[in-house]
Amino acid sequence: MPSVMELYQLLPRTNCKICGESTCMAFAVALLGRKRKIIECTPILSENFKKQKEKLESLLLPSAGAEETGMIVHPELCTGCGNCVVACPVDVANDPKGAAVGHAPTNDKVIFKIVDGKVIASNIRECRRFGKNRVLCYACIDPCPVGAIEFV
Amino acid sequence: MLFGWSNSTCEAQINGIRLAKKMGAMIDDTSSFCQGMLIEKVLQNKFKTCSLEEIRDKADVLVYWGSDAQDSEPRHLSRFSYFPRGQMRQRGYEEDRLAIAIDVRESNTAKICKGHFYRISPKGDREFIFALMDALSGKVPSYEPKKMLELAAIMKKAEFGAIFVGIGLTYSIKNDFEILVSLADMLPNFNIMPMIGHYNMRGFNEALFRETGFVNRVKFEGGAHDAKYSIVEALRTKSIDALLVVGSDPVSSLPRSLLAHLASIPVICIDPCVTMTSKIATVTIPCAVAGVEAAGTAVRMDGKIIELSKILESNYPSDERILTMFMEAL
Ligand code: SF4
Ligand code: SF4
Ligand code: SF4
Repeated sequence: MPSVMELYQLLPRTNCKICGESTCMAFAVALLGRKRKIIECTPILSENFKKQKEKLESLLLPSAGAEETGMIVHPELCTGCGNCVVACPVDVANDPKGAAVGHAPTNDKVIFKIVDGKVIASNIRECRRFGKNRVLCYACIDPCPVGAIEFV
Repeated sequence: MLFGWSNSTCEAQINGIRLAKKMGAMIDDTSSFCQGMLIEKVLQNKFKTCSLEEIRDKADVLVYWGSDAQDSEPRHLSRFSYFPRGQMRQRGYEEDRLAIAIDVRESNTAKICKGHFYRISPKGDREFIFALMDALSGKVPSYEPKKMLELAAIMKKAEFGAIFVGIGLTYSIKNDFEILVSLADMLPNFNIMPMIGHYNMRGFNEALFRETGFVNRVKFEGGAHDAKYSIVEALRTKSIDALLVVGSDPVSSLPRSLLAHLASIPVICIDPCVTMTSKIATVTIPCAVAGVEAAGTAVRMDGKIIELSKILESNYPSDERILTMFMEAL
């Protein structure tokens, strides 16, 4: 994952505020947190910044494996214990008779499922870290002793 | 000796006990070097205990003691203890439950218990129990006073607590459960849950207890119960000259020093899998996998009877059936 400084160095660094952030640094932070997109800095779209823009895109690419929320799951680390499935508040709300009470999910509205002994994530847009009323939720990260769920 | 049983159905276990009785043989199971004594205390009602469903629905303070449930019983935390929402615990683990780990190393369970991991030195459990008892009775304990008083305060406030007794604790206090009984007596809101590895160890313990009043280490000839009838002692003193092994792999789990005698006597092994024991056995009889290829029942760690169903056809007979055929042949 790139650092904020790396991203900042590639921005126009004029603090022109066109993007709506008060400084380029603030925009870099938002880029890293995946709350803003590169094209929202319109000055960088000019030919002069072509190289910087490409570099920025490539830096932000590795976590393209991550979902829009920034979630990455590592099935190779997962032991299939199901802690995340049961702990995620979205799963609890969407499957009150299944995942919420410790059983395997009974429908497809949940975020986490164990398939063949490994975790898979779907419906990620439902994650509380995403959308307008986002909160910094840790309910699936803390219960996983092997670090198989990560947000970048 | 007839040995094993923890990975067999209750029906096979009962047949095994009958067979041992008929032959006046010794019978023992893996619990004799595991949690057998703890189960005996539970069956003698020495502890307050409860069901796993009650823990899910009511428990607010969970103590994993000498037990790495996350790795040894991988669905324990997610299905019954820490993470599920229960009737009286609707707000999730972060708000409604507190999990504590007491262990000699930072196990995966301890990692999950984060701020409430009490690391003790190996064999330090006894000292820890006494210090906790001091703290609970309002005395300042000599061992880690600040941490012990903090732990005692948490435990006193519990509405419905559970202590998951792992084999780490059992080994460390050398089966001297009286001190655990004394501790439990000071914690009226706590339940003791024996943490068992094999799926039906408790089933065997209960069946033999009903028959003889003991959970393991029995010799039917003379109706005696003694440490010398444990698999470990029987092999060490070379007092057995033939061994039937059902649903267990003693060659993998016993100390190497005992294996020479095991390898020198006739061994009959009944198991669905190829194991180290089946490889050296004089006769191996493969059987169906219970819960997959054969039906039956098993007893969960909390004493609940679980029905196992047959979901696949198989050409192998169940271990229960094989033991019935032994009886007929005898
Ligand atoms: S639009 Fe681009 S150059 Fe202007 S402040 Fe935002 S990041 Fe900086
Ligand atoms: S961050 Fe929270 S809402 Fe999002 S997947 Fe994890 S537990 Fe569920
Ligand atoms: S908590 Fe971690 S190890 Fe357990 S199922 Fe979820 S991702 Fe896998």
